[in-house]
Amino acid sequence: MDKNSNLSVFLNGLIKENPTFVIILGMCPTLATTTSSINGLSMGLATTFVLLGSNVVVSALKNLIPDKVRIPAFIIVIATFVTVVEMAMQAYVPALYKSLGIFIPLIVVNCIVLGRAEAFAAKNNVLRSALDGLGMGFGFTLALTLLGAVREILGTGKLFNYTLFPENYGMLLFVLAPGAFIALGFLIAIINKLKINK
Amino acid sequence: MQQLTSSFKNMILVLAGISLFAAATLASVYTFTKEPIAIAKANKLQNAIKEVLPADFARIGETEKIVISTGDSLNVYKAYNADNNFIGAAVESVSHKGFAGDITIMVGFDAEGKIVNYSVLEQSETPGLGTKMTEWFKTAKGRQDIRGKNPASDKLQVSKDGGEVDAITAATISSRAFLDAVINAYNAYAANSGAPEIDGNSGATALEW
Repeated sequence: MDKNSNLSVFLNGLIKENPTFVIILGMCPTLATTTSSINGLSMGLATTFVLLGSNVVVSALKNLIPDKVRIPAFIIVIATFVTVVEMAMQAYVPALYKSLGIFIPLIVVNCIVLGRAEAFAAKNNVLRSALDGLGMGFGFTLALTLLGAVREILGTGKLFNYTLFPENYGMLLFVLAPGAFIALGFLIAIINKLKINK
Repeated sequence: MQQLTSSFKNMILVLAGISLFAAATLASVYTFTKEPIAIAKANKLQNAIKEVLPADFARIGETEKIVISTGDSLNVYKAYNADNNFIGAAVESVSHKGFAGDITIMVGFDAEGKIVNYSVLEQSETPGLGTKMTEWFKTAKGRQDIRGKNPASDKLQVSKDGGEVDAITAATISSRAFLDAVINAYNAYAANSGAPEIDGNSGATALEW
């Protein structure tokens, strides 16, 4: 496949340069919010929205922003999108907003968002930046949902709140912080193994 | 188009411009979401109150703030049935003894002071252990169900402390804190009344609250 085609820009973030499993960026929300698959999924989607928005705006404004103030300018753009997400979630999905808590405003400092603005959107046109934002966002969502699902199944015996086996047999460890590290480590190992074999 | 040079003027103008635009965007989103946010908050409180009160309540009286011995000011929502008789109250209570931060609960009492139901509003206990409090104390199993108990006559403490309630497995501190919040709620309820005797027939009583 042509390395520079629009499709490959999109697919890049999804698998080959998956922000969580390959670039290992944005570990703080990855570890903290994946206590259940639904939390991981929502966190991923919120981040996707911010990534898409900030990538589009940054690439549209890239020639208007003097080089020396580009980072503060990017941060203002990102912070604006994050605040929009935060207010929207608070208004329309209050329960979800409560369970993700402080990690919604913290998307501002998620390295993936600033990283893509700086590394991709500041050098590419709007369409390609949008595709990159979507690809990276979905890659992040995929990773967080997967990690959340593993932790939820092992920890509580549920998946997306459907009981698979009684909670008493769950390994509580996986819902707590150490389980996040263990599950993430194994997932990265599996993904690397699959990549090498390919 | 060539990228703007990093002259002092350009930098100031661009940053100011972007900030202004961001502020305008946020202001409009804020106006747009202000009402839904307020409604969502009010709904949550309303639902919690409804959940914990006796089923036959028809209206809720004035919100009363009661300061209890711990120094906390608790909201008491007094409930009346269709005939305007006092049938109980919901108390929004808090405990500072949680394993990880404050625990805020809504507890409903009937006219005799018996616990009708409760709802956990906010807690940050350990996931999978202390967080079980949302269901644990209203599950009819062993001695863990607190519904129907009257804090004045039943000893609402975990069995380890000589009380009558089974603590959540491996979360004794969270259980103690939860029961502490329940007792705080009862104190606010009782301080208010000698509530059992007030039949609340007159609207005046409701206002006194």
